[in-house]
Parts: sequence; structure tokens; C-alpha cells
Amino acid sequence: MIFFDYLIDSIPFFIRAAAITVELTAAALVLGMVIGLCFAMMKISGRRGLKYAADTYITVIRGTPLIVQLFAIYFGLATLVDFGSFWSAAIALAIHNGAYIAEIFRGGIESIDRGQMEAARSLGMNYSLAMRRIILPQAFRRIVPPLGNQFIIGLKDSSLAAFVTLGELFGVSMRLASTHYAELSFYTIAGLYYLALVIMFTVLVNWLEKRLRIES
Amino acid sequence: MIKVRGLNKWFGSLQALNNVSLEVKSKEVVVLIGASGSGKSTLLRCLNLLEMPDQGEVEFDGRLIKPGQDDLNLLRRDMGMVFQHFNLFPHKTVLGNIIEAPIMVKRISRGEALENARWLLEKVGLEDKRDAYPCQLSGGQQQRVAIARSLAMSPRVMLFDEPTSALDPELVGEVLSVMKQLAREGMTMMVVTHEMGFAREVADRVIFMDEGSIIESGNPRQVFESPRHKRTVDFLGKVLWGPSAPADTPPMLSAAGQA
Repeated sequence: MIFFDYLIDSIPFFIRAAAITVELTAAALVLGMVIGLCFAMMKISGRRGLKYAADTYITVIRGTPLIVQLFAIYFGLATLVDFGSFWSAAIALAIHNGAYIAEIFRGGIESIDRGQMEAARSLGMNYSLAMRRIILPQAFRRIVPPLGNQFIIGLKDSSLAAFVTLGELFGVSMRLASTHYAELSFYTIAGLYYLALVIMFTVLVNWLEKRLRIES
Repeated sequence: MIKVRGLNKWFGSLQALNNVSLEVKSKEVVVLIGASGSGKSTLLRCLNLLEMPDQGEVEFDGRLIKPGQDDLNLLRRDMGMVFQHFNLFPHKTVLGNIIEAPIMVKRISRGEALENARWLLEKVGLEDKRDAYPCQLSGGQQQRVAIARSLAMSPRVMLFDEPTSALDPELVGEVLSVMKQLAREGMTMMVVTHEMGFAREVADRVIFMDEGSIIESGNPRQVFESPRHKRTVDFLGKVLWGPSAPADTPPMLSAAGQA
């Protein structure tokens, strides 16, 4: 069957593309976590200006399509700074996922009993130390499942980077599909690679969840 | 050691503290009693500024505390606080709970913090639980760890906010006995409690609060045996005789002793 020929023959292309997808997703999500944490802290800071800024960011980013954000950064910002297709995509994905991650962090932090902060402060810890040592470690355990979910969405959303010419999984499958006039085969193959990556990642998250449960 | 002048605190339209003034001397054990919502806990929480008073002054060790200017973290180090719901850090072991603040806040060495923590655990009778997590302990054990955690900062005053109210009755004694020992060792203490037996036995002074005001203050003998105010009489009657007691039942000495 010709599908399996395509599947086998395309392995070198797709492995390289999968590596780019993983790198892109990792860069985007690490950055997205930093952005998310910052905006979550702003939201719970109790300062109206900061909370308003965070709310605006979250509303705008969640309210507009990722592809719009991606094009705005790749084509729009390129007139000022040229990040190249990889970093344009990484930054767009980070900003996009950051909005969702901010809400996940906020929910996790707010689910921690108020008494924890009070106990930490009563021992003389300042706010940021109490956050870092007492609140966030507990919140992190609770947000592993929703965060894992968001990471999976982020991984699949990274396929949009193909439209800013990045040769990641979907970009490569587009190229191969059109050169071989075999759309069904190559998009199916791309789907299989995404599925494999998501399954591997899910196993990792489940393992982490179990480990954290044993620890506490 | 602690002087409070004209403290007022509102929660919305509810006045939680109404012009409260008091003084606590070094090595004194002051017990605050009163019905729920009478402002005892709020008063305690205003002392280490977990709650910001709307008006009034708090003086600690001869220094007026100015929120916004003074480093409240330095103040709080010197005032240990024990909470009704223990508030141990669930992600840390017993030892981890105790050494956290000394290492991160006081910046003492880990070895020194551990040595001190072991000594404190021995003092509260839990040296065998040092590697356990809070969820593996009974309420009474958790509260004793919480006391050790506060003591690890070498506070000059200990504030207890209903330390036994969340405990099963059979576990109250072990916590109270640790507190009694502390009192004997000369710790300055302020205790909000419903344990009248403890108040009678340990307190140097009992303060009765109602609707945010200090109604009556004196040595336990005087407050329990010959309360001067009708509201104190009513409250003690309810606490010592049960809610069905007629309001004019005298709070008799013998009954109070056994309560």
C-alpha cells in the first residue's frame, strides 16, 4: 500500500519536524508559564490598576483567534523587529497560552486556604517569600491536571506556525502533501505524529501527578 | 510589653472592635473570653496586624507600630501566633514546618534550625513524629506542632486564637498542657479560648469582651466569682451552665472550677 510507503519514506522529514514542534511548544509553554504567573499575581495582588491590566490582557487574548495573534506578530511586528518564523510563533503561542495559564494559576492559588498565607505571614515571612515557599508549591500540585490539559492544547495549536512558514509537523505535511498530491496520506501521517506526542506527554503528566500525590 | 490604645475596627457596617485599650505586661498570661463575634479574635489579629485596625495604636516593646513605615515582618517574628485550624504547611514534614521560617526569615543555618526543631518537638512531646506529614497527625498533634513552629522563631509573645476549638474533646488536654508549660516558663501569652478551666488555672488576667468592647477585666478569681457586669454574668452563666440556664444563675465557683 502506498500509504505505508509514504509513512516509512517520510520518517526523516517528520522526525526533524517533530523535533521543531517539540522545541516550539516547549519554548512557548515555558514563556507562557512565566507570562501566566505574572498575570495571575497581578490579578490577585489586590491593586486595582494591576488587576485591570491583567483582566484586559486575558480578555483580549482569549477573545481573539490565535492565527490573528500569530499573523499580527509575524507580519505586523516584523516591520519593527524581525523575530523569524520560529520565535514569532513561539512568542505568539506564549502570549496566547499565557492568558489561559494565568487563569489556571489564579484558580490554583485562590484554592489554597487563606490560613496558609496568614500562618506564613505570622512567622515573619514577607508576601513574596510566603508565595514562593508556601502557597505556590501547594497550588502547583493542584494545577498539574489543568496545566497538562493546556499544554496538550498548546502542542496542537503549534501547528498554526506552519502558516508563518515554519517547517514543523504540519508545515512539512503540507509541503509533502502538495508535492506528492497525497493530501489524505500526509495529513493522516501528521495526525499520527501529533497523537504520538500527545500520548507521550499524557503519560508524563500522569506520572507526575501520581508522584506528587504520593509526596503529599 | 504590648499596649493598645483606642482600637477600632469595622467590617463593613459591623463594628468588630469598639475603642479597645489594654496593656499586657511581660510574662503575663491574658485570657480573652466572650461569645462568638465579640471581637476577641479580631483584637488578637490586630496585634500582629494580620488585621489592620481602622483606628488606634499598637505599641510593642515601647515602640509604636506604624503600618506602612515599620517592617511588619520584623514585628511578626516576635509575636508567635497559633490558629484555631493549625494552618500547618501540608506539603512539608513536621520538621520542615518548624525549620522553614528560621532558615528563610532569620537566616540561621540548617543544622542549627534542625537542632532547635528537635528540641522543640521534644518539648511538645512529638519527637517521634518529626518526619510525618501534617495529614498523618491527629488534631492535637498538629496543634502541638503549630506551637513548636511558632516557638522556633523565639517570639517574645505568643498569641493563641482559639487553639482548642477545632479539636475533639479528648485531644484538648494535650494542647492545653503544652500551653500551661509555656506559661510556667514565663512566656508572655494572650489566649482567646472557651476553656474556662484553663482560664481559671493559668490566666493572670481574664478579659471579657462583648460586641467589640472590653466589658470586664481582672484576675480570674474576681471575674469568675464576682463578675461586676450583667453581661459577664449572663455569658458565664451560659458557658458554665449550658444554654438553657436562666440568665440570673450565679456563676458559682465550684462549677467554674470543673468546667
